[in-house]
Parts: sequence; structure tokens; C-alpha cells
Amino acid sequence: MKKQWYDYLWIWSIIYFALGFFNILFAWLGMIDFFLPLIFAIFGGNKFFCNNMCGRGQLLNKLGTDLKCSSNHKTPKWMVSKWFRYGFLIFFLTMFSNIIYQTYLVFSGANSLREVVKLFWTFKVPWGWAYTQGTTLDWIAQFSFGFYSLMLTSTLIGIIVMVLFKPRSWCTFCPMGTMTQGICKLKNH
Amino acid sequence: MASKNVASVDKDICVACGACTKVCPRQAISIKNGCFSFVNADLCVGCGKCAGTCPADCISITPRIAV
Repeated sequence: MKKQWYDYLWIWSIIYFALGFFNILFAWLGMIDFFLPLIFAIFGGNKFFCNNMCGRGQLLNKLGTDLKCSSNHKTPKWMVSKWFRYGFLIFFLTMFSNIIYQTYLVFSGANSLREVVKLFWTFKVPWGWAYTQGTTLDWIAQFSFGFYSLMLTSTLIGIIVMVLFKPRSWCTFCPMGTMTQGICKLKNH
Repeated sequence: MASKNVASVDKDICVACGACTKVCPRQAISIKNGCFSFVNADLCVGCGKCAGTCPADCISITPRIAV
């Protein structure tokens, strides 16, 4: 099959995390990966983004298949089950709502900016060098730290299940994939 | 002549990620309306590449006569 330009978007995934490592404000670019799948699903009624443009999916495939980092074991049945998929989606959306809430608290002046990236919502990673206070409004930076944490954590989960199971095992419970498939089902039935 | 085997998809389990469409040597699989994978039985040669790559394990290779 002839390669298309979007077959190389796995490079974008690497660039995204590299940029955020040096300047956390680049985390906002991750919103493209948040809105684009929804736009395709809502207006096109398809999963074109997941199928062709997901940089993370492509990266996991590169690591798992091309670089043979995946054990290629079957994904556990519970991980593919509907309750887990929708449960993870609810959890993910709750965490995303919390980021919005924390951003609002900084915006309203109730909280001050916390320059910290958290992995798995628990482990603090010192990302202080990635932002110089006063560069922009505090709430803009606050959202960046929260969103970068979410993106990094979900990518790490994707890499862990890629190693343990199949290269694209993350896709079975990816919140964006669950959400867009749900929209497509509603739209096409 | 049609192959002995053909791929079939469990639509209830399929997450429509599209991984199978990328490995099919005959481009026999497509994603139907963003909901599930669809196998064009006329093109499928039953090689099993799609079943091997499917993360949801929802593709099986069955004898063509049973389909």
C-alpha cells in the first residue's frame, strides 16, 4: 500500500513529548489529538483519525511490531470488555475535568500555579525547568502541566500494555477511541 | 479460485482501531462507518495476518464453507 503523509505521524508523537520536556506550554498542542478525532466522528461519522492519523497508535505499532518490543500475547478479555472500556473512559474524563477545575482555580486566583508533572496521578516529576514563571498567564501554564501529565501517563500505559500484550492493545481501551466509536455508532444507526 | 479459509469479525468486540486494515495484503478489510471492521470475503485469502495483529482478538479464520 502506498505510504501517505499521515503514515509518518508517529514522529509527531515523539516531537510532542520532546517539546513539552523543554517548554511545557507546547502541551497545548495535544488538544489537536483531543479535538480532531471528535471532529471526524461528529461531522464525518468515521474513525479516520484512529485508523490513519493517530500518532500514538503508529508509535506503539512501530515499537511493538517493527522494533519487536511487544510480547504479542493476547490482550486479556477483561481489558477489551465494555465495562472496562467505558469505565476507563469515565475515569479519563474525570481526570480531564479535574485538570479543567485546577486550571479554573488558578484562573480565579483561588490557587497558585503548581509547576509539577505527575505520572499516574501520583508520582511527581520535577518539570520546573520547562517553564519560567511570568512567561504567560498562570492558568495557561497550569493547564499545560496537567494536560502534559495526562498525555505522558496515557502514553506510558500504552507502552506498558504494548510490551505485555499486542502492539495496539492500548487501542482497545483508549478513551478517545471508545468515545469516537460510541459517536459513530450513535450516528450510523 | 477462492481460498479455503476466510476471516470473520466479531462486531460486538471490534474496537474499529484499524490495525487489521494496515496488515491485510489484499486490502480486503475496511472500517465500516467507524463502528467495526468489515471483511470483503471475495478478496480475503484467509492468511490470518489480521487475526494476528488484532488487539481485541475479535478476528477468527474459519473455513469458507462455514461462513
